[in-house]
Amino acid sequence: MEETIVDINLKDKEEYVINMGPQHPSTHGVLRFETCLQGEKVKWIVPHCGYIHRGIEKMSEKLTYPQMIHLTDRMDYLSAHINNEAVALCVEKAMEVEVSDRVKYIRTILAELTRIASHQLWWSAFGMDLGALTTFFYGLRDREKILDIFEETTGSRLTQSYITPGGLMHDVHPNFQKKVKEFCKYFRTKLPEYDELLTGNVIFRERTIGIGYMSKEDAIDFGVTGPSGRGSGFHCDIRKIEPYSAYPKVNFNEITFTEGDTYHRYLVRIKEMWESLSIIEQLVDNIPQGPIMLELKAIKAPKGDFYQRVETARGELGVYIVSDGAPQPARIHFRTPNFSNLFIINKISAGHKIADLVAISGSLDLVIPDIDR
Amino acid sequence: MTREELTTLITAKYPDIKAGTMKKYPEFIVPTDKIHQLCRELKDLPETRMDYLFGETAADRKDGFHMVYFLTSSTLGHCIMLRVVLTDKANPSVDTVSDIWRAAEYHEREVFDLFGIRFNNHPDLRRIFLEDDWVGHPLRKDYKDSFTLVK
Amino acid sequence: MYDFAPLIDSINTWLNGHLSPLWAGIVSMVLLGVAILAFYAVLGLYLVYAERKICARMQNRLGPNRVGPGGLFQTIADLIKLLLKELIYIQNADALLFNIAPFIVIVASIMAIGSIPFAKGLQAVDLNIGVLYILAISSMGVIGVLIAGWASNNKYSVIGAMRSGAQVISYELSVGLALLCIITYAGSMQLSEIIKSQEDGWWLFKGHIPAVIAFVIYLIAGTAETNRGPFDLAEAESELTAGFHTEYSGIKFAFFFLAEYMNMFIIAALATTLFLGGWLPFHIYNFTFFNNLMDYIPPVIWFFTKTAFVIYVMMWFKWTFPRLRIDQLLALEWKYLLPISLLNLMVISFLTLMQWHF
Repeated sequence: MEETIVDINLKDKEEYVINMGPQHPSTHGVLRFETCLQGEKVKWIVPHCGYIHRGIEKMSEKLTYPQMIHLTDRMDYLSAHINNEAVALCVEKAMEVEVSDRVKYIRTILAELTRIASHQLWWSAFGMDLGALTTFFYGLRDREKILDIFEETTGSRLTQSYITPGGLMHDVHPNFQKKVKEFCKYFRTKLPEYDELLTGNVIFRERTIGIGYMSKEDAIDFGVTGPSGRGSGFHCDIRKIEPYSAYPKVNFNEITFTEGDTYHRYLVRIKEMWESLSIIEQLVDNIPQGPIMLELKAIKAPKGDFYQRVETARGELGVYIVSDGAPQPARIHFRTPNFSNLFIINKISAGHKIADLVAISGSLDLVIPDIDR
Repeated sequence: MTREELTTLITAKYPDIKAGTMKKYPEFIVPTDKIHQLCRELKDLPETRMDYLFGETAADRKDGFHMVYFLTSSTLGHCIMLRVVLTDKANPSVDTVSDIWRAAEYHEREVFDLFGIRFNNHPDLRRIFLEDDWVGHPLRKDYKDSFTLVK
Repeated sequence: MYDFAPLIDSINTWLNGHLSPLWAGIVSMVLLGVAILAFYAVLGLYLVYAERKICARMQNRLGPNRVGPGGLFQTIADLIKLLLKELIYIQNADALLFNIAPFIVIVASIMAIGSIPFAKGLQAVDLNIGVLYILAISSMGVIGVLIAGWASNNKYSVIGAMRSGAQVISYELSVGLALLCIITYAGSMQLSEIIKSQEDGWWLFKGHIPAVIAFVIYLIAGTAETNRGPFDLAEAESELTAGFHTEYSGIKFAFFFLAEYMNMFIIAALATTLFLGGWLPFHIYNFTFFNNLMDYIPPVIWFFTKTAFVIYVMMWFKWTFPRLRIDQLLALEWKYLLPISLLNLMVISFLTLMQWHF
């Protein structure tokens, strides 16, 4: 535990400290790694966050639950649908109401599309972190198709605010099913390109295999979830542990590896895209009819404590609501995946080169607004 | 372990721990001085093996600050919620559990930053989001902001 | 056909006839300087344009297409922008070294152009140690890079500069050894002589497998020497923001930028001259009609086509591969390329000694 304490009195004359961030291309946002280097070798890292702390939890205390949905988009902006769903589910469970199967199916399809879109962007940016600039455009080419589907149905491309306590804002666009099926067909032909461009590349494998080893015990101890945790063999997929929405109705595998290095964290995400495609294909043809919004007199949680876990593209998102029975929560807490995933970086990248630090932080797939909230 | 089994296990050892009312996970209200000991046992006991702390936060309630801990076992799959009520609102403090779960170290820094709850024996208790010279702890209900966007 | 020597000679005679020898020398030098600078600027800008178009093609994009037809004037617009931009001075930087570094880099690349043969007779100086000269001059650029990194007073810049130093010093060996293979074959360091020795076939084809190995090693090491991807560790924008030129702005940054492209051109031109027959046309043994047809294409076009091909291959590398790590980069040179080069040179010396090449 001592290694996290900032010790500016450097032990060695050859050590020096550089600040990676808050404006640095590879921290993907305003995060600062205070990094001690000896030559090219990383001695220790202290992450400093808070540069984009907006007090979402404080603001939410003054907002009603449907209003709060719009703030949750802004946490992990790459998993906006899933964040919306987390709050919606928590409030619905608190009110002891259940949405129709139609809503559940649509929510699950949107969540899996979000997961694919997020992994695509991560794949693009990860390639860039390693200096393969072409991956960025391949990933965005396919992500565009998903954003088009979102735009048609929800009206916006990034922060959709579409899933709301009690159901959905409105029904999906008539083209939704057709577009989603088209996308699945299209992406099944394009996903192998990702492997050709990066996975099989000898430089890429040299750069990632055996780099940034995270043991399963460390992953559990630090609470590293999502693909980063599953790369180490931590079975932490909430879709399997506490199934919600339409996940009990579909067959899919939880992708885990035991190697725990950067390469296997990468592989988990590539394979998850295949799994997400299969989930979507199982659901999209069978969307039942039903109301898209429950008829509720007022959306307010009863007095008590409520907790809901969902699986975002980056790991476990927990929503903890303390309610006094008012339309606003007395306290809402978001246990965000990136907050827990971030702090292991010192442990897994100390001793590696500075170029590996970039690869490792890329493989943890950090979204900074989600850390700071 | 089911809710009943957990309740018998914990209340047999610690008679002053009472079961709470949360529906989703079995909840226990723990006295301030017992929390560290209980957490250590929950992690080490072979029948509980709560090795994964998936949430730790606080809430400002009328009777004091409520520290809540959400624990689960990555092997056995059962969850539990622990609640500690810190009645001393002026100077709240509780023992850290960061020596049991590393994840707690950062959750506790966040709670310290936003609620001002001190964690005894914490290795690195600094503000995590706000600047070091920030006055006050924003998530307290009595926190006065110079401007508020939402009234 | 297409011999530039008479033209150059006539200009020379005309100058000497009208002016005193001293002034004739000065005027011809100025003319040459202006010609090379103009050539340098135009070529540099259009290499940048070519890179942007090629990388756009590889990335499913269109690339620049707004300024001028097909975006042809985009880089000129960029240059004007860079010229007009403020030059930012760093407070605690070493002012003299900070300002001098971009000039060292760009002067090194301009000087190297002087002895590249573009066509028969179209060569500023035909030194008898042309290859050595180009190697020596082009590796001077790294001094500029080191100075730039050091003088910027920025840790990222120093890391970038040190990486660049380690990289160029290492890869210089492989470049030199690969070129030495052809020098051994041709028996001369004079570039015009080396081209003359390829009249009956390019060294890549008539030098057996060792020449092919030398060519591949030269391409890899040459790419590394120009600090381009996948060996762009000195810049490595995802790790070091922009490496050694982080603190430079405006036209000084443009100097580094242009020099990188011109170094790539020099490496490609050298590859063309030594391995691909320089400005010589492509001939196939005994296909007289085809060979005559090829002869009609001017040698300048042959030279630039071959160079463009080599440049394209180098751009292809950059836009396909991830970046290497510094230890992997040095391991590649010292553990693989250098031993192979040395062995290769021994095989070629043996072949030359036994007169077994064509």
